[in-house]
Amino acid sequence: MTNIAFPAPRKGGAEGFLIALILIGVFFWSLYAVARGGDPLMEQQGWLIMAGSLIGLIMLVGAFSNGGPVNDESQYAEGVIKAGTIATMFWGIAGFLVGVIIALQLAFPNLFYFADFGFLNFGRLRPLHTSAVIFAFGGNALIATSFYVVQRTCRTRIAGGLWPWFVFWGYQFFIVIAATGYLLGITQGKEYAEPEWYADIWLTLVWVVYLLVFLGTLWKRKEPHIYVANWFYLAFIVTIALLHVVNNLAVPVNWFGAWSYPVMSGVQGALTQWWYGHNAVGFFLTAGFLAIMYYFIPKRAERPVYSYRLSIVHFWSLIFIYIWAGPHHLHYTALPEWAQTLGMTFSVMLWMPSWGGMINGLMTLSGAWDKLRTDPVIRMMVLSVAFYGMSTFEGPVMSIRAVNALSHYTDWTIGHVHSGALGWVGFITFGAIYCLVPWLWKRKGMWSKALIEWHFWLATIGILFYIAAMWPSGITQGLMWRAYNDLGFLEYSFVETVEAMHPYYIIRAFGGLLFLIGALMMAYNVYRTIRGGVEETEDRVNPQSSLVAAE
Amino acid sequence: MYEALSQFAQTWGLLLFVLLFAGVLVYALWPGNRERFNKAAQMPLDDAEGPEGTDTGKGRNHG
Repeated sequence: MTNIAFPAPRKGGAEGFLIALILIGVFFWSLYAVARGGDPLMEQQGWLIMAGSLIGLIMLVGAFSNGGPVNDESQYAEGVIKAGTIATMFWGIAGFLVGVIIALQLAFPNLFYFADFGFLNFGRLRPLHTSAVIFAFGGNALIATSFYVVQRTCRTRIAGGLWPWFVFWGYQFFIVIAATGYLLGITQGKEYAEPEWYADIWLTLVWVVYLLVFLGTLWKRKEPHIYVANWFYLAFIVTIALLHVVNNLAVPVNWFGAWSYPVMSGVQGALTQWWYGHNAVGFFLTAGFLAIMYYFIPKRAERPVYSYRLSIVHFWSLIFIYIWAGPHHLHYTALPEWAQTLGMTFSVMLWMPSWGGMINGLMTLSGAWDKLRTDPVIRMMVLSVAFYGMSTFEGPVMSIRAVNALSHYTDWTIGHVHSGALGWVGFITFGAIYCLVPWLWKRKGMWSKALIEWHFWLATIGILFYIAAMWPSGITQGLMWRAYNDLGFLEYSFVETVEAMHPYYIIRAFGGLLFLIGALMMAYNVYRTIRGGVEETEDRVNPQSSLVAAE
Repeated sequence: MYEALSQFAQTWGLLLFVLLFAGVLVYALWPGNRERFNKAAQMPLDDAEGPEGTDTGKGRNHG
């Protein structure tokens, strides 16, 4: 049978069959959910899931219709990384745009309140923004760069044939399901873990395949030593799998419905949620992006890692300490005080490995500091590491109970998160994209160096507006909330504190807008670079061969 | 239960972490590993070297 279908036997038949089985399973599940769904929201989601499974099947047939997928071991797989790079940019801009919209909703609630479009209001759009920037933008950046770095540093083609593509499309599918779910109002109400159980199970499947693809590539490596970036990627993949599964343990109300009840409740649920939440920061937004730092900064600066030994100490101490820091999100709650203190202590200890890593990243430029002046991409990466150092200093300070008493629930936290997310995660990702696009599409450099400069300065000024607004805003909020009058009553009503935020919210929205414009410039620059015809450009990259390097 | 767990965490847990950290330090600083780690630090720079001698990374850091 298979010989008739595929005259020249190729690898990929078995995995194609398995992927088809998965998709057919999803199709029938969604069919039942649409036909006899437990609730009207699930019926709407069901149509989307059905469409996704059908599109997946069509793409699978497309992949096999030209004689099966080509799996040439002498070439690095680059198609899936190209797709990941474009997806990163697409979701990044979507996420930044939604961020600007909700910033405007906070600044001008009368203008940006859509009475007739309830799904576009703050409560629905806020998780859309956070998930889009963290999981869609950040996640695609991590998947794409990890596939790139693990192949190059193991000197072997990625393992799994079609499975890396399954990871890519499966992840996009998860994003779409989660995002449309938020707009419909489907949520577990857990911050950064909003998707409901059916989306969670799908992501678990995709993530396990991602882990196996990564491990399989490490397994067949031609290089005896596993480069430090791969350790960071592996820690990111393994820990996210663990966090995701444990925090989302739930019992569905109906196996074809949208809703579920969490297994853990009360203070146990809260602790699990913030164990998850803080390690999403620690392993998704830190460990994963440190892997990008440890590959792309040496590459762009053309300098070896400053201290490989420090990178080893950095890795092990970071992952062992981070996992304990979560309880600092629950100061002054029902969580036992000793557990709060434990979280606080480990958060303060985190300062050391974080700064060790920052120093390692910055000092990799020793001997190449002149590039800061001439190469805006290097400047982006250096600023990114500087923001990493700044936010990992601020974080431990804010985790101290007395400081937290002032900062918690205020805009200070928002400012802190954005100095990490826009500064560290955003800039290191932009830097990686500016390297990857010319490498993957075999161009001499990006289409316009001037646009990279513009992107750098607009985004930098945007971040400065953002965090410079959120610090005073947060501290004002914190001080107003705790102010008492002579009689022991609260000095201010809540709405008075909201009113005091108004100017800061306008500044914040302006900063976010600058950041978004910078990203749009990047998108145009990437588009022109991919379209071709880059003959003259001042941006230069060293070409990267697609051929698997010899040992 | 709580007493027993916190007792364990505050003694053996502490010891385990200190030993693990010491182990990492010894591994990272072990003189015999110097060569390997110096080579590993160059890995991102060497990976562009194609099999047909398409020299793009080699030699940059030797001069």
